[in-house]
Amino acid sequence: MNAVPIISVDGVSKQFGASYSLMRRLAGEPPLAVHALNNVSFEVHRGETLGIVGESGCGKSTLARCLVRLLDPDGGAIRFEGRDISTLRSAERRAFNKRVQMIFQDPYGSLNPRMTVSQVLNEALSVHRMRPKGDIPARITELLDLVRLPHDAASRYPHEFSGGQRQRIGIARALAVEPDVIVADELVSALDVSVQAQVINLLLRLQEELHLTLIFVAHDLRLVRHISHRVAVMYLGQIMEIGPSESLFASPRHPYSKALLDAAPELDPTQRSRVVAARGELPSPLDVPPGCPFASRCSHVFDRCRVERPALTKRASEHSAACHLVDFGAMPSALADAV
Amino acid sequence: MSVAIDTGLGLTVRGLTALFNTPRGMALAVADVDLDVAPGEMVGLVGESGSGKSVTLRSIMGLIQTPGHVTGKVEWGGRDLVAMPAEELRRIRGSEIAMIFQEPMTALNPVLPVGLQLEENLVAHTRLNARERRARALQLMNTVGIPAAERRLNEYPHQFSGGMRQRAMIAIALACSPKLLLADEPTTALDVTIQDQILKLLLDLRDRLAMSVVLVTHDLGVIAGTCDRMAVMYAGRIVEMGTVIDVFRQPRHPYTRGLLGSVPRAGAVRTMLSSIEGTPPSLTDLPAGCAFHPRCSFATDICRQERPPLLSLGNDRKAACFHHDRVAAAEAIL
Ligand SMILES: Nc1ncnc2c1ncn2[C@@H]1O[C@H](COP(=O)(O)OP(=O)(O)OP(=O)(O)O)[C@@H](O)[C@H]1O
Ligand SMILES: Nc1ncnc2c1ncn2[C@@H]1O[C@H](COP(=O)(O)OP(=O)(O)OP(=O)(O)O)[C@@H](O)[C@H]1O
Ligand code: SF4
Ligand code: SF4
Ligand SMILES: [Mg+2]
Ligand SMILES: [Mg+2]
Repeated sequence: MNAVPIISVDGVSKQFGASYSLMRRLAGEPPLAVHALNNVSFEVHRGETLGIVGESGCGKSTLARCLVRLLDPDGGAIRFEGRDISTLRSAERRAFNKRVQMIFQDPYGSLNPRMTVSQVLNEALSVHRMRPKGDIPARITELLDLVRLPHDAASRYPHEFSGGQRQRIGIARALAVEPDVIVADELVSALDVSVQAQVINLLLRLQEELHLTLIFVAHDLRLVRHISHRVAVMYLGQIMEIGPSESLFASPRHPYSKALLDAAPELDPTQRSRVVAARGELPSPLDVPPGCPFASRCSHVFDRCRVERPALTKRASEHSAACHLVDFGAMPSALADAV
Repeated sequence: MSVAIDTGLGLTVRGLTALFNTPRGMALAVADVDLDVAPGEMVGLVGESGSGKSVTLRSIMGLIQTPGHVTGKVEWGGRDLVAMPAEELRRIRGSEIAMIFQEPMTALNPVLPVGLQLEENLVAHTRLNARERRARALQLMNTVGIPAAERRLNEYPHQFSGGMRQRAMIAIALACSPKLLLADEPTTALDVTIQDQILKLLLDLRDRLAMSVVLVTHDLGVIAGTCDRMAVMYAGRIVEMGTVIDVFRQPRHPYTRGLLGSVPRAGAVRTMLSSIEGTPPSLTDLPAGCAFHPRCSFATDICRQERPPLLSLGNDRKAACFHHDRVAAAEAIL
C-alpha cells in the first residue's frame, strides 16, 4: 500500500458562516463560524475502501462534498493522482468529475422522477460519451445486471421501485461512467436492515470485480467497520483516529473511538454493560473548545487536554490517533513483544 | 386519585388487531397480536419499517383513530383497555401507562416551556399543590439527567438538543410514576453515544421504579443490549417470541434468522452478509399463506397455501413457521 495515493487530503479546513447577529456586531465580536472541517489530512489508496465514521455534525458530509468538489475547502488541498483538484480547468475538470463519482443518501431526491431508469442511465452514458450511441442499450442491460436489477427495470420510473432498488439505480448511474473512485455518503442509512445488507453485499462484490476505490461515509460504526479496509473516526471536524479497520476496532487508540465502539449496539446479548460509554453531549460546533475537542466528554481528560490540541500522530504502521495519551489502548509491552 | 390497583399481573394483550381503511383497500396493520409483559420486565418489539410496531403500541394506548379500527383485548390491572370508556382510558394514560414517542418534537408542545408541560401532567393526574409540583418537576429533571434543571424548566423544547428533548419526554412520561412505559423508538433519531445514555437511563429507571417497559426498535443490537424478552414482527404479525438470549442463540423463524444475519458483527470485516432477498410486502396485497414466503429460503408448498400459526415451542418460546425445526437446525449464522 505504499504506492502513490489516488487521493490525498492535506490540511483541509472548511467553515460555514452562521448569521452575523446584531448583538455580536454591536459588541464588536467576530461573526460566528462553524468549523465543519479543521485541518483534516489523510490518504486514500487505490482499490481500498476507506470508511469515515462519526456522529451527527462531525463534518462527514462536508468532507465527502469537498472530495468530489461540490464544495471548495477554505484551506489546505485535495489532490487526485497528485494534482490539486481546485486547479483543474475545463476538460481536466470534466475528466475528474467522471472519474470520481458521488452517490447520495437520498434515493428519492437524487433521481429525476420523470425519467425512466433507461433515460437516467442513457444521460450518464451520453454526457461523458462513454459509448457509441448504438451500444448504449446493451450497456444499460449490462449495468442493470451489475447491480442485480431485472431488465424490465429499464422502462420503469423511480417511484415504482423500493428504497433498496432505488439505491441500486443510483449505484448503476455512478458506475455508468466507469469511475475510479466512488464516494458514498450514508448510502444505506435510510434502508431497512435486511435491504442494507443487500446493498452492502453488492458494494463488496462490485469493488472486487471493478477494482473500485470506495469512500464510505456513515454514522453507523457497524456498517463502516464491516465494509472498510481502513477507517477514519471524526469528531467536531477533526480526525481523531485513522487505521486499519480490524485493529482500530479491536484496540482503539483514541478514547472517542473506544466510546463509539462501546456505544454501538452489538448483537451479543451475553455481553451487556450498564456503564455509559461517554457522558455529556457534543459541544456546539460554533464553540469548539481550544484543546482536545473530546475533552468535555473524555473520562481520561487531564490538564494538558484543555489547553493543547493533540495532533494526529503515528501509533503503528498505517495507524494514527490524536490524543495526548499516546499509550492509550496500546497492548502491554510484554504482550506486544510476544506478538 | 386512583387508588393503588393491583397491577401485579402486568400487561396481557390478546388478539390485538388494527385495520385501516385505505384507498388501496383494507390494510391489516396489526393482526392477532398476543403479548405479555410482566411487572418490571423489558420486552423488545422489533421489525422492519411498516411491520406494525407503532400501531401495536398506539392500539394498546387507545390512540388509533378513524379510519383505523382496533379489536382484541388489552388487559391491564384486571380491566380491558380496548373496551374501556374514553374518559376512564384518558385517566390511565399518562398516569399508570405512559408513552414516549419516536420524534419528541411532535410530542412536545413547542410554545410551552418544558417545565409547564411537566406540570400539566401532574395537574391532570395528581393532587400535588403548586410548590410540590415544582419540586417534583425538578426531581424528575434530575432523574433523567438534565443538568441545570432550575433554568431548563423555563426553557422551550427548541432550546434543547435532540438528546435533551428525549430526556424531557421521558421526564414527562415518568411524572406520575407509571407502571408501564411504552417506548416507540426512543433513540432512533439520536447519536449513538446519546442513544447509549438514554437506553441505560431507561434500564436504571426500570430497576428503580419496577416499571414494565415495551421497547420498540428496528435495531436488534438495541434489543440485545437491553431487553429480557423479545417479539419479532413481520407484516403486522408476531412471527417469533422468546427470551432475548434464546432467540439470538437459535432463531426459529427464517425472518429472525435473516435479520440477525443482516447486521454486521465485530470480527467479520468484509465478509458477505447473509441478507434477506426481496422487500417487505404491501399490507394491502399480502402474499397468500405465509407472508414471508416470497423471501424465504426455507419455503415449501405448504407455505404458499397456509398461514403458519404462532406455536408454543416450550420454554416461553413461540414461532410462526412450518419449518421451525429446520431453521433451528440450520448452521449458525456466523
Ligand atoms: N451549508 C452549510 N451552512 C452552514 N453550516 C453547515 C452547512 N453544511 C454543514 N454545516 C455545518 O457543518 C457541520 C458539519 O456538517 P456535516 O453535514 O458535514 O456533518 P455530518 O457529519 O455529515 O452530519 P450528519 O451525520 O448529521 O449527516 C455541522 O455543524 C453543520 O451544521
Ligand atoms: N393512520 C393510518 N392510516 C392508514 N394506514 C396506516 C395508518 N397508520 C399506520 N398505517 C399503516 O400501518 C402499517 C404499520 O405501521 P407502523 O407505523 O405500525 O409501522 P412501524 O413498524 O412502526 O414502522 P416504522 O419502523 O417505519 O416506524 C404501515 O403499513 C402503515 O402504512
Ligand atoms: S487528548 Fe485528553 S481529552 Fe482528548 S481524548 Fe486524549 S485524553 Fe481525552
Ligand atoms: S412458514 Fe414457510 S415461508 Fe414462512 S417462514 Fe416458515 S419456512 Fe418460510
Ligand atoms: Mg451527513
Ligand atoms: Mg414506527
